[in-house]
Amino acid sequence: MLRFVLRRLMSALPTIFIVVTLSFFLMRVAPGGPFNLERPLEPQVLESLKRAFLLDRPLIVQYGHYLWNLLHGDLGPSFIYRDFTVAELIAKSLPYSLTLGAWALLVAVFGGIAIGSYAALKQNSFVDYAVMSVASFGITVPNFVLAPILSFVFAVVLRWLPAGGWGDGGPANLLLPVISLALPQLAVFARITRGSMIETLRADHIRTARAYGLPTRVVVIVHAMRAALVPAVSYLGPVAAAVLTGSVVVETVYALPGVGRYFVLGALNRDYTLVMGTVVLISVFIVVFNLIVDILYAVLDPRVRYE
Amino acid sequence: MAETLLDIRGLNVRFSTPAGDVHAVKGIDLQVSKGETLAIVGESGSGKSQTMMAIMGLLASNGRAEGSAKFQGEEMIGLPLGKLNKIRGAKITMIFQEPMTSLDPLYKIGKQLAEPMMRHRGLSAKAARERAIELLKLVKIPDPERRVDSYPYEMSGGQRQRVMIAMALANDPELLIADEPTTALDVTIQAQILELLAELKQRIGLAIVFISHDLGIVRRFSDRVAVMRTGEVVETGTVADIFANPQHPYTQMLLAAEPTGRKEPPADNAPVLLEGRDVDVRFTMGGGFMGGKKLDIHAVDHVDIRLKEGQTIGIVGESGSGKSTLGRALLRLNHGTGAIRFGTDDISEASRQEMRRHRRQMQLVFQDPFGSLSPRMTAGQIVTEGLLVHEPQLSKKDRDLRAIKAFMEVGLDPATRNRYPHEFSGGQRQRIAIARAIILKPQVVVLDEPTSALDRSVQKQIVELLRDLQAKHGLSYLFISHDLAVVRALSDYIVVMKGGKIVEEGSTDQIFDAPRESYTRELMAAAFG
Repeated sequence: MLRFVLRRLMSALPTIFIVVTLSFFLMRVAPGGPFNLERPLEPQVLESLKRAFLLDRPLIVQYGHYLWNLLHGDLGPSFIYRDFTVAELIAKSLPYSLTLGAWALLVAVFGGIAIGSYAALKQNSFVDYAVMSVASFGITVPNFVLAPILSFVFAVVLRWLPAGGWGDGGPANLLLPVISLALPQLAVFARITRGSMIETLRADHIRTARAYGLPTRVVVIVHAMRAALVPAVSYLGPVAAAVLTGSVVVETVYALPGVGRYFVLGALNRDYTLVMGTVVLISVFIVVFNLIVDILYAVLDPRVRYE
Repeated sequence: MAETLLDIRGLNVRFSTPAGDVHAVKGIDLQVSKGETLAIVGESGSGKSQTMMAIMGLLASNGRAEGSAKFQGEEMIGLPLGKLNKIRGAKITMIFQEPMTSLDPLYKIGKQLAEPMMRHRGLSAKAARERAIELLKLVKIPDPERRVDSYPYEMSGGQRQRVMIAMALANDPELLIADEPTTALDVTIQAQILELLAELKQRIGLAIVFISHDLGIVRRFSDRVAVMRTGEVVETGTVADIFANPQHPYTQMLLAAEPTGRKEPPADNAPVLLEGRDVDVRFTMGGGFMGGKKLDIHAVDHVDIRLKEGQTIGIVGESGSGKSTLGRALLRLNHGTGAIRFGTDDISEASRQEMRRHRRQMQLVFQDPFGSLSPRMTAGQIVTEGLLVHEPQLSKKDRDLRAIKAFMEVGLDPATRNRYPHEFSGGQRQRIAIARAIILKPQVVVLDEPTSALDRSVQKQIVELLRDLQAKHGLSYLFISHDLAVVRALSDYIVVMKGGKIVEEGSTDQIFDAPRESYTRELMAAAFG
């Protein structure tokens, strides 16, 4: 198993390399630069800034330099927040994003699996149809629509919850962002779980379990649920990615000081290193999550063995 | 008269479907006494399985049961789930037709065996595990102390069915319902499982309801027989009575459905039509980009075979013996090596284009009459599709005329040629598959288990059809089957395969009457008792 994990991490390096390369050059293709400000800088200041950040060198040299530093774990200095390195900015903001993302993931996974299983057990009943209609709604409404609407209804009109900001990071501040981030994913989980659960409940081995007098609770939770989880687990990878990218939107809407917000600010201000730093962070996250998915597979299904 | 254990009176089972209610079991009466074996015999759709599913509360969600079924005086129909769960798995247990899928693939068999024992008898996990090991010993699983920690996927079909039997015996039930327990298994494994069941029945004295379509097995195994047809019990009686003196015409028809007749061998000087020398096929499984262990399978191991004009060679063997792979290799449908001659042409190295002109002479009929016909084409289109390739000059009207002729030849009503496959029965679909092959006027037809998925009475009709077509068109058959009764009726020469090698070959009479190899004898004994 350890060998498998190491091999998988090794094989992720080319992926990350490609992501870094593409983002690096795409960023540079975008018009403008970090020092194109509304009030232009003095030519000498601009020159020395460019020299300090190597921007006067050919692009390929800058790229090589960035890769070299990256290999040494150095994400470089921020172009805009000039007192901080990118690593410092990420270290400062990551805890907020992690808290938000973890809650959203938990709500999406457990909520989706619970709702999907329940709908499967009540297949074709009113409850089933009601739950699945709501789920379809959740899938179709993107979070950049959902977040402002929730904010408007619960913060502006009803005044039950704050409209944004981290505050003390308590439930009042987290509730709306977590829901905005989790709901679309929860809906997908519910649909996947319902489908695989219905299929599993028809399987021969479930008939066996019932024929041997096991109570419905045991049949469902011990025998059906585990098999039904396998397709849901495979969706964990994409979900992790969606939660990470979704947090960019949600953190901006709710003005949360997370990585996502730095990503948006960095992109708008052409802060090359800051954007690259968040891109690297997100791609590493996705790789790690896909690895976790593969390990969970093996835990759930003994037929899956990695050598 | 022994004490009645199960008393079924006026049992009805209905399924509600979009097309209306299906009345699957129509008010049947059946009794099972303590310690006896009752066989319920019938073809597919006769309601034999659904009767028992109804009693066990295992009907599909659109099914409902009415009437009465008393087990030891307790009414089973409509029994609340809580009470039902005290009976099923404890006093009545079941084994199923599908050994590959009836066990939960995600749990070790020891745990699955232990679960009902802990539930019904309150055994501790440790005690249940010990008893599970004992049970595995009882059903003759080698090395039970180790095997108790195996997962189902680590066991063969026969072993899994033994595990199912162990599970069924775990709580000392009064009644065991065996629903086609050996149908999915090879004949030699089948014989072992039946032997085990008979032995356990003697030792433990439990009653068995044995659901089967196989009369040979029923005769050897049961005390009484109930014959079911379209949801009704048409006849019941002791095994001796039913087999010696069947009263109902349907029972008589079933008993006469064993394929009969023999095929005369072709003349000694008949030319060789298809010849394979040193045919060898290997498959590699696993392995790939990221490494991993490769598994080499030697499916066909240096086999020689010669099919003469007008001859039928029966290739018999159990699953995994390489018989289908050999058939395909001779048609150049897989990557085998060896010299293959068709008539006077060496086709061992023929390219796809070169093979195309031979293809019409070499046709193939598959086992699965459900999967091998495209559901989106009409029967007529399916049958004439080959003409589009091999006789492109034909007009649509000509093709239709050929389809009508082919339909009549295989005994189908030509008026049905515009219907889709799902509107036909299994036997009719197999006739469509045969029509698709013979419409091209081939010389060789490879028949890969063409009758295995069919009921006995339908099998007999297909066997007769194949024989008629052979006589009429001078066809040569390569007949691949594990069903020795059908092979005997169709072939004049037999090749017995095991592990990719030919173990024995000879004329049909010689193989059936005087088999030389112990493996052939084992196969015969398992098939004919």
